[in-house]
Amino acid sequence: MSILVNKNTRVLTQGITGATGQFHTKACKEYGTQMVAGVTPGKGGTAFEAIPIFNTVERAVKETGANASVIYVPPPFAADAILEAADANIPLIICITEGVPVRDMVKVKRYLEGRSSRLLGPNCPGTITPGECKIGIMPGHIHKAGSVGVVSRSGTLTYEAVDQLTRLGLGQSTCVGIGGDPVHGFEFIDVLKMFSEDAGTEAVVMIGEIGGSAEEEAAEWIKANMKKPLAGFIAGQTAPPGKRMGHAGAIISGGKGTAKEKIEAMKAAGIRMASSPATIGRTMQEALGK
Amino acid sequence: MNIHEFQAKEILKRFGVAVPQGIVATTPDEAKAAAQKLGGSVSVVKAQIHAGGRGKGGGVKVVKNPDDAAARAREMLGKNLVTHQTGPEGRQVRRVLVEQGLNIERELYLAMVLDRAQSRVTVICSSEGGVEIEEVAAHHPEKILKETIDPVIGLAAFQCRRLALALGIPALLVNKSAAVMQGLYRAFEECDASLAEINPLIITQEGQIMALDAKMNFDSNAFFRQKDILALRDLDEEDPREVEASKYDLSYISLDGNIACMVNGAGLAMATMDIIKHYGGEPANFLDVGGGASEEKVAQAFKILLADSRVRGVLINIFGGIMRCDVLAQGVVDAARDLNIQVPLVVRMQGTNVEQGKKILADSGLTIISAETMAEAAEKIVKAVQVKS
Repeated sequence: MSILVNKNTRVLTQGITGATGQFHTKACKEYGTQMVAGVTPGKGGTAFEAIPIFNTVERAVKETGANASVIYVPPPFAADAILEAADANIPLIICITEGVPVRDMVKVKRYLEGRSSRLLGPNCPGTITPGECKIGIMPGHIHKAGSVGVVSRSGTLTYEAVDQLTRLGLGQSTCVGIGGDPVHGFEFIDVLKMFSEDAGTEAVVMIGEIGGSAEEEAAEWIKANMKKPLAGFIAGQTAPPGKRMGHAGAIISGGKGTAKEKIEAMKAAGIRMASSPATIGRTMQEALGK
Repeated sequence: MNIHEFQAKEILKRFGVAVPQGIVATTPDEAKAAAQKLGGSVSVVKAQIHAGGRGKGGGVKVVKNPDDAAARAREMLGKNLVTHQTGPEGRQVRRVLVEQGLNIERELYLAMVLDRAQSRVTVICSSEGGVEIEEVAAHHPEKILKETIDPVIGLAAFQCRRLALALGIPALLVNKSAAVMQGLYRAFEECDASLAEINPLIITQEGQIMALDAKMNFDSNAFFRQKDILALRDLDEEDPREVEASKYDLSYISLDGNIACMVNGAGLAMATMDIIKHYGGEPANFLDVGGGASEEKVAQAFKILLADSRVRGVLINIFGGIMRCDVLAQGVVDAARDLNIQVPLVVRMQGTNVEQGKKILADSGLTIISAETMAEAAEKIVKAVQVKS
């Protein structure tokens, strides 16, 4: 089992004709994901790697039955791409783009209220159910199918954790990158709820970082509801306050959002915390009693 | 990105928020002329730096005549002003703002900021103006009032009235204060601000409502559509290495240590800083080269790292997803050669094209210490730096 995506997911790429869109559509297709359509306004009627391209998301869905969209559109146009996908009622929208203005995302979230579409990202690596479906920019070859769920705000730090898990023989059910922006779609708590209900996930690795209070909110929910074992790590223990550490959402403001607070909250929720990023895999192993 | 008080006030003025009359001066003579032009019996000379706490640090002085204005300006200009927000070295004062004095009846706090938990902009206000809002939040949370703003509606007048009444603003001034709050929200939205803070917002004895101080920060993701705001950037207020890095689209933050790091991905970069500390070293910086970085970008990143004279060793930690290990390796080799690197270099790579990358490093003829895991890499660089010291 898995959450969000599997071998039946039919993916359309918004921004398919850009360099990034092309590179990753090809890579995902090679991994085995069903890449069924592309959308670039003005390029309808053409194709990329035998994948038909349409002018609009609406048309692409009509013609191909796509039920997920991945967005590689540049920042000035990414919010509009999300809106278009939501308007077409695409169930899962994954926005990879980094650099979307916060103001745009505040409006996007408002637009999504009451609609059936769910958003992952922006500024995220995507999601992968190893062996079945890869949507996004993560290196497929480090993943292995299994029963550990992974949810993270980071991209490459997630790959680091996944690599450790795979080397220890702990395959992954689904890995979900929720992204590094302050306003985004799925929160930790949303993904954890899905993992909690997924028969194919026996444990979860949760990777957070400084900024905001999403980890604390998730920890509270975990304490009250989660029966499966968890391992966690928070990046940025050495980050100075007030500085944006790469990710737009990774900033300690007004004394809030520190790594220390998050680690304490997660420990209090029974999550086994890795003290170093090099031991995330081993910490999960220990939490599983293996 | 931060801006100066005088710049924030100019923006607020455009959006209908009243500010005191003021003139920027860069010399004592200009300060004198400014005070003369402003007239009145009282003026205030305010040091312009990108940091708060200027009042307590001696950067805000009330003066009774233009000669005093010149004297206070002379004391401030060209010197480093130290406040509790600048660090012990302080910040050099290059400009002062000379403002008309006002008869302050009341000081309030008013700000717009993103509430991440709700993904909405919120307006925050308090009757406790002129003090540190974090202090108020810590000791008198009931004195912090908030309204959440629906992006479709904007800040509604009824919300402003609700706040004004809760703040005890006199009935005659309620509509005026609503206009100020809505003006601040429009400024926040249209300029893509991440923070817009007026502390204090004053009510004068004459019944005017004005921003006595103003602070605005901006969402750097929106700069592509905020060229006018970007033009307000003061490079003198920023770390020169951070400025250089931003030219190449590199995310760089200077820290206090002596072990430089170059990493792809912000989360992994933070984790690399953390693990260096874990093994007893001190990171010199945060640097994210980003996904898909070219050889040139990698080389530029290397140059910036080595420009820091405190650096005694370099750790490169790359997990190749979009970023290919062979591209990274070539960039590292080229830069290490060009710059004739003298300090120990530890490289740890994993991911796409890792074998090709490792080969490029091995064949380079340069002294590069390899590591398989993050732990090994951190241990090795910390040891190498200690040995050299």
